[in-house]
Amino acid sequence: MINEMLAYFAQGANWAGETGIPARLGEHLWYSFLAVAAAAVLAFPVGVFIGHTGVGKVYLVSASNVLRALPSLGIMTLLVLLMGIGLLPPLAALVLIAIPPILAGVYAGVANVDPEVVDAARAIGMKDSRIILQVELPLALPLILGGMRGAILQVVATATIAAYVNLGGLGRYIFDGLALYDYGQVLVGAVLVTALALVLDGLLALLVKAVSPARRAIAR
Amino acid sequence: MITFESVSKLYPGGTQAVTDLDLQIATGSFTVLVGPSGCGKTTSMRMINRMVAPTGGRVLIDGQDVADIRAVTLRLGIGYVLQNAGLFPHRTVLDNVATVQRLLGLSKAEARTKAHEAMERVGLDASLATRYPAQLSGGQQQRVGVARALAADPPILLMDEPFSAVDPIVRLELQQEVAHLQAEIKKTIVMVTHDIDEALTLGDRIAVLAPGGVLHQYAAPIDILARPATDFVASLVAKDRGFRTLSFETLTGLGTTALPVPDPEGIIDMSALSPGWSVQVNRDAGTAAWIDADGAVFGPHPLVPADASLRTGLDAVLASPTSAALLVDGTGTIGSYFTLADLGPLLRPNEQARA
Amino acid sequence: MNWLLDNLPQAMGLTVEHLYLSLVPTLIGVVVALGLGLAFGNRPRARAIITAVASAIFTIPSLALFVVIPSIIGTQILDPLNVVIALALYSASLLVRTVFDALDAVAPEVLNAAEALGYSHARRRIFVDLPLAVAPLAAGTRVAAVTNVSLVSVGAVIGVGGLGQLFVSGYQRNYPDQILAGIIVILLVALVFDRVIAVAARLLTPWLHQGAAANSGDGKRRRTSPAPVAPAPQELAASGREAK
Repeated sequence: MINEMLAYFAQGANWAGETGIPARLGEHLWYSFLAVAAAAVLAFPVGVFIGHTGVGKVYLVSASNVLRALPSLGIMTLLVLLMGIGLLPPLAALVLIAIPPILAGVYAGVANVDPEVVDAARAIGMKDSRIILQVELPLALPLILGGMRGAILQVVATATIAAYVNLGGLGRYIFDGLALYDYGQVLVGAVLVTALALVLDGLLALLVKAVSPARRAIAR
Repeated sequence: MITFESVSKLYPGGTQAVTDLDLQIATGSFTVLVGPSGCGKTTSMRMINRMVAPTGGRVLIDGQDVADIRAVTLRLGIGYVLQNAGLFPHRTVLDNVATVQRLLGLSKAEARTKAHEAMERVGLDASLATRYPAQLSGGQQQRVGVARALAADPPILLMDEPFSAVDPIVRLELQQEVAHLQAEIKKTIVMVTHDIDEALTLGDRIAVLAPGGVLHQYAAPIDILARPATDFVASLVAKDRGFRTLSFETLTGLGTTALPVPDPEGIIDMSALSPGWSVQVNRDAGTAAWIDADGAVFGPHPLVPADASLRTGLDAVLASPTSAALLVDGTGTIGSYFTLADLGPLLRPNEQARA
Repeated sequence: MNWLLDNLPQAMGLTVEHLYLSLVPTLIGVVVALGLGLAFGNRPRARAIITAVASAIFTIPSLALFVVIPSIIGTQILDPLNVVIALALYSASLLVRTVFDALDAVAPEVLNAAEALGYSHARRRIFVDLPLAVAPLAAGTRVAAVTNVSLVSVGAVIGVGGLGQLFVSGYQRNYPDQILAGIIVILLVALVFDRVIAVAARLLTPWLHQGAAANSGDGKRRRTSPAPVAPAPQELAASGREAK
């Protein structure tokens, strides 16, 4: 199985054209990017609102857990049957799983800001919009990025199932391999997705680290 | 007897916490280690129950090197009260107090019976037994901490800044209670504090430590006040030193005046002291109330026992509207009074201590 | 809904399989994480290694792990064991960090007190550290369990997926009702797990649910004040993996 996988990697033809490895990688990243961007647009304002006002924070846990329990495969297949094959069904499923970590990160980041700092900002005459933009969000940045990191990893991992409804991405190798009993090719997909996830995780970890000291310096 | 034999503690990194400490703590004494932060007082105390190991010298309990006793066994025989009580948040008050007995192998029921007794001893209401620590006030938590340390009746009790985290009123109350408790149970108590007042109030013996864990003086409170061994000790006790010394002076040699005979209603005419004034004694409460010419009542004011400190006597006189206080002699008779003027001769000899 | 009512026995069978495939890995994960956490919580080097390995495992997509495990341990690709192992790995990876953090969160004066009163190290770990870690561990376990319930269904594309098989067959037969039934039952199962763990945790931690101090006027409040009943924001942020 592993030899077959290595053979697949070794063959130049598998790296070229619309079904080559770089193309599949590009598709995978494109789906992931769209999903995370859409989820961020949806979750960000909600997270800031709950974090800043505290309104609805008791429902946050339950809501996150319900979203977490939603089976993406089910959502995706259901939407395909209802709307037809296209980018939208897998995208919707991916957006749903990206929301909880982003929401949690933004909420936690904003809610965790030292109340004394917020109090001081208010005391020197900042209004709420200014407090959010100039105090809470900069201080929340590490946790927000942490949430984004979680979302990106989950989306990259889950984007493999887009191939189940005839889209591209790295999941193609897994599903094509399974259909053909070509487990070497399945392994190609698994290894590529894992490698992509590990590389992205490493890069994002560096990014989170890079912004964290700034926060500490401000907070003290 | 707890003995420190040229004990040192050098932390890796070069911090000298304790330097060549020699100390003998008598059985049944209340010894206070006092000094600023970084003077190694807590480090030294924690060597007694092996929470800290010395890097030089030995610590002995009744002649036996603590290093030769299994740490757990040693600690089960030594009570320990922490600054922030350190109660187990997941256990009720009763089970917190029962902790050591349980560790010693007593059944739950036996341990809880002992725990109830210990709670009573430190003045904790039995209704608190089923509460959790988070439901208690700071003062109550600290009391539970003391009860837990005493429950197994250990001969030695270590207290690490036990009252520093509670507010001043509760602190005073707890200090008084510990003093009473000690008068009753006569443990060997070693307490650490940075508060020289607390040390002078509670300790029989005070060890003054300077940064680096250098012992500057080990003596009774009055000697620390009257004859500071070094400039460091002098600077530590400098503030209010003369006034503090009064706590350790007696009323011996006090000149008093006999009280006139009370009228049938128990009112004593004091016009000889101050025209128009009289006083009424409440023997049961140990107080007296002053009454002026218009019948206005001042008090109650405490009566002063003959064996009270000079500070108590002075305080009573200063608080009295007539600048006089009633004295109770050794037989319980209330037959005389004294005034601020009477205290004058006693106050003067302290001038040399104030120098 | 019609499909569910018409095919109750089949749905029941799949639900039971689903419960097995999600519950067993959760339990294994809790046990492994607790064992690792209690054994290595205060050994910085071992801890750093465990944390690094855990986050690496956590990064591997589940579908990838489902299909890779057979080539590593030699099971059949359709063996349910693959799913159980994969999800147990995820659960343990998620929870071991929770256990480390929970043990770190025990107030130092409490540990100090335990040591001074004469607890041996092992005894302290079990009777002091462990009970105090229950609440955060339960919060983590809720996330792990709910995530597992959702992830099991991905196994359906390799033939082992409990209720996830309703998605595969509903998709192939163009039958949305069947897929909807699967989604609903999965949500219900997740909800039940979540509540059961939450209630169990509450019963195990009576000291966190006794209300405020009766008379707080006397003395300053202490650091032993009860932990907030709602999970801390960090717990929310740190948890979860891809929920397929």
